[in-house]
Amino acid sequence: MCGIIGVIDRRRQCMDGSRIKEALSMMDERGSGEGAGYVAYGIYPEYKDYFALHVFFDNIRENKIAIDNLLEKWGTIVHDEQIKTYEQPNIRKVHTPWRYFFRPDRSLMPKSTTPDEDIVTNLVMRVNAGKNGALVFSSGKNLGVFKAAGWPEDVADFYRIQDYKGYLWLGHNRYPTNTPGWWGGAHPFNLLNWSVVHNGEITSYGTNRRYIESYGYQCTMFTDTEVVAYLFDLLVRKHGLSEEMAVRALAPPFWEEIDVMPEKEQELNKAIRLAYGSAMMNGPFAICVANENSLVGFTDRIKLRPLVTGELGDRLYLSSEEAAIRRMEPDVGSITMPKAGEPVIGRLYA
Amino acid sequence: MTIGSVPLKFRVTIDPERCMLCGRCVDNCSYGVYRNEGDRIRINSRNCVACHRCLAFCPRDAIDIEEKPTDYRSHPVWTRETREAIFNQARTGKIILAGMGNAQPYPIIFDRLVLDACQVTNPSIDPLREPMELRTYIGKKPSHISLKSSAKGEIEFLTKLSPNLQIETPIMVGHMSYGAISLNAQLALAKAVSRIGTFMGTGEGGLHEALYPYQQHMIVQVASGRFGVDINYLERGAAIEIKIGQGAKPGIGGHLPGEKVCADVSCTRMIPEGSDAISPAPHHDIYSIEDLKQLVRSLKEATEWKKPVFVKIAAVHNSAAIAAGIARSSADAVVIDGFRGGTGAAPRVFRDHVGIPVEAAVASVDAKLRQQGIRNEVSIIASGGIRESADVAKILCLGADAVYIGTASLVAMGCRVCGTCYRGVCAWGIATQKPELVARLNPDEASVQVENLIHGWTLELAELMGAAGINSIESLRGNRDRLRGYMLDEGLMQVLDVKSVGA
Repeated sequence: MCGIIGVIDRRRQCMDGSRIKEALSMMDERGSGEGAGYVAYGIYPEYKDYFALHVFFDNIRENKIAIDNLLEKWGTIVHDEQIKTYEQPNIRKVHTPWRYFFRPDRSLMPKSTTPDEDIVTNLVMRVNAGKNGALVFSSGKNLGVFKAAGWPEDVADFYRIQDYKGYLWLGHNRYPTNTPGWWGGAHPFNLLNWSVVHNGEITSYGTNRRYIESYGYQCTMFTDTEVVAYLFDLLVRKHGLSEEMAVRALAPPFWEEIDVMPEKEQELNKAIRLAYGSAMMNGPFAICVANENSLVGFTDRIKLRPLVTGELGDRLYLSSEEAAIRRMEPDVGSITMPKAGEPVIGRLYA
Repeated sequence: MTIGSVPLKFRVTIDPERCMLCGRCVDNCSYGVYRNEGDRIRINSRNCVACHRCLAFCPRDAIDIEEKPTDYRSHPVWTRETREAIFNQARTGKIILAGMGNAQPYPIIFDRLVLDACQVTNPSIDPLREPMELRTYIGKKPSHISLKSSAKGEIEFLTKLSPNLQIETPIMVGHMSYGAISLNAQLALAKAVSRIGTFMGTGEGGLHEALYPYQQHMIVQVASGRFGVDINYLERGAAIEIKIGQGAKPGIGGHLPGEKVCADVSCTRMIPEGSDAISPAPHHDIYSIEDLKQLVRSLKEATEWKKPVFVKIAAVHNSAAIAAGIARSSADAVVIDGFRGGTGAAPRVFRDHVGIPVEAAVASVDAKLRQQGIRNEVSIIASGGIRESADVAKILCLGADAVYIGTASLVAMGCRVCGTCYRGVCAWGIATQKPELVARLNPDEASVQVENLIHGWTLELAELMGAAGINSIESLRGNRDRLRGYMLDEGLMQVLDVKSVGA
């Protein structure tokens, strides 16, 4: 089941995490108290030029030194510290969350057009594929994921997310079936500046995974959601598609719709389906994807999972339930339900 | 008389209580089992091949055909087949010919794979109520697309698409030549594929004029004998297929006996009447992969780059690397023909012992192309032993884009898989050129049966996809997570990249 929520302030006005915590708790019916998480953009202004790596360590003394060495090999650790947490009766602290601010040494990736991102991506894939008691669960700039196994309000209090101020937030209330209680399995999933929350199950996962792995990504999280982050990274960052076109590739129009489009549009949509057939996602899903500039919400092609949008002023809200949006913003104006497969996009004002 | 008679393969009996001496069995049997003798019908069981033509036409169900009525002394090593093959070769000193597909009792991988379905955590999709997309494009796909936003905010589309075949179901009919099968059989297939919106292959036998009306649905084949190939032929086809090998007989060429080369076949194949049509084992202009590339590009050049060019190979150990080479040759699709593929005639030793199953070959080809990042360069067409819709679903999950069916389409027209195609006296009018036998097959009626079969499979495929929570064929393709191996060994599961049931 799962409940998702997202908000963006198009003028980059920051919100603290208290409201989204309350909103997400409204959807406890959709969760089971075994996983919740948040991501906030704009929270590390003083380190905004560095990659903020959030890492779960199983054991600081045993596992941390290897990660320190790996990062130093590929760049500079500008600053690192333990992420502050506050004991909660309902959360068993099985990991120690740590944050690094990291500057990759781009001279080590001379042939790439995006050397920094490629280095960080490779490091994330390598750490997460290895069995070394460490998991990188957040790797973007000026943003951070906070997640754990527990109810959304407990996870929020565990990290005190009200102490963080961001212009874009995502939240997720999990009803796990595959990996209950595993912190790594909680959403949001993140790679570089891409963060994803997802309600549903991707029945095309096998196809998507094989597709994305042929581009060097490694699926290590035992869950279908991570491919969404990698697919966005591939389609938008590497192939240069807009977010609209990326969503078009992942949840394309039906052939019977394409067949009656004007010729040019038909050609474009056909090309997208031919090129990205293996990237197309099937099964029931509602997904919110964020990067530093935008928040995108979309559902599967026959909308088997709910997604509601709300607007007020500069803010766009996306959620599984209207009640959650109203909890976050009681004065919210227009509430709409996007059509199946059609993206809802909120972008920062230029 | 050193060896003498061997036991009967089949014993035919007629129940005198039921028989009304109508003589239909005598008229229908093209193998000479029956003859009228006064007020009774005489039977020569030794001629029977169990094609069941007599049985199908007996109005009183009076005929009974029993297989292997006489036992040899049983022995696990020296089986009946082994002993009879020795008798045969001791007498003739020749290579033993056989028809249809591999007859060895190898385990069938398809039967050890099971498909997935949705329960609770995701809903299955009802194809009666929701759209279900089986449309497939065969050909080269772009690896990514390039767009440019114009000043007016319009999106300009810069990627040029290669020609693709559009099929409404991922099921096509494979290459069975005019010569190997009758014109009426080809006509029936052509009518069926045209109505369904799919394609069929001509085989290496040229394109008979009677098929011109259906040429938009024909894939013309260029094989090592180059029979029937001229520019007219190439231009008429919707796509061109270079046949390197065939699953039923990897590594060798073909042989159409002169008896089957009647006037019409001789015209279509462009060879003298009554002459044996022998296709050499290799193409004599292809001795390496770069030669193949030249042929692919020559054929494209001749047809102005308007048609997709396929390359068909037999499934062999090295299929994956070969397919990777083909993907780099400008070809648009690679056809993988597994060792259970049918044939009109093949040496028994090849049919039964050379090549690998299509399931393993497709899995390794798809994996290799993905690994090298060139999967979009070619479509994968699987053939050889596709018996039902579940086989189609499974081979798609393993990575194929579409399948060719051969034997199944013949069975839909009446073929009983007697395996005697090479004799040229097919009682069903399918694998024969004798006018009186060919006339038995009504192309219109037979085409409805073939159409029904493909339609039925397509419906079942849609149901299987819906049950798996998938509404577009792209999401089934290569989706090995939706397959599980049941009693498959570890090594084979690694090749197929599937987990065990329960895992």
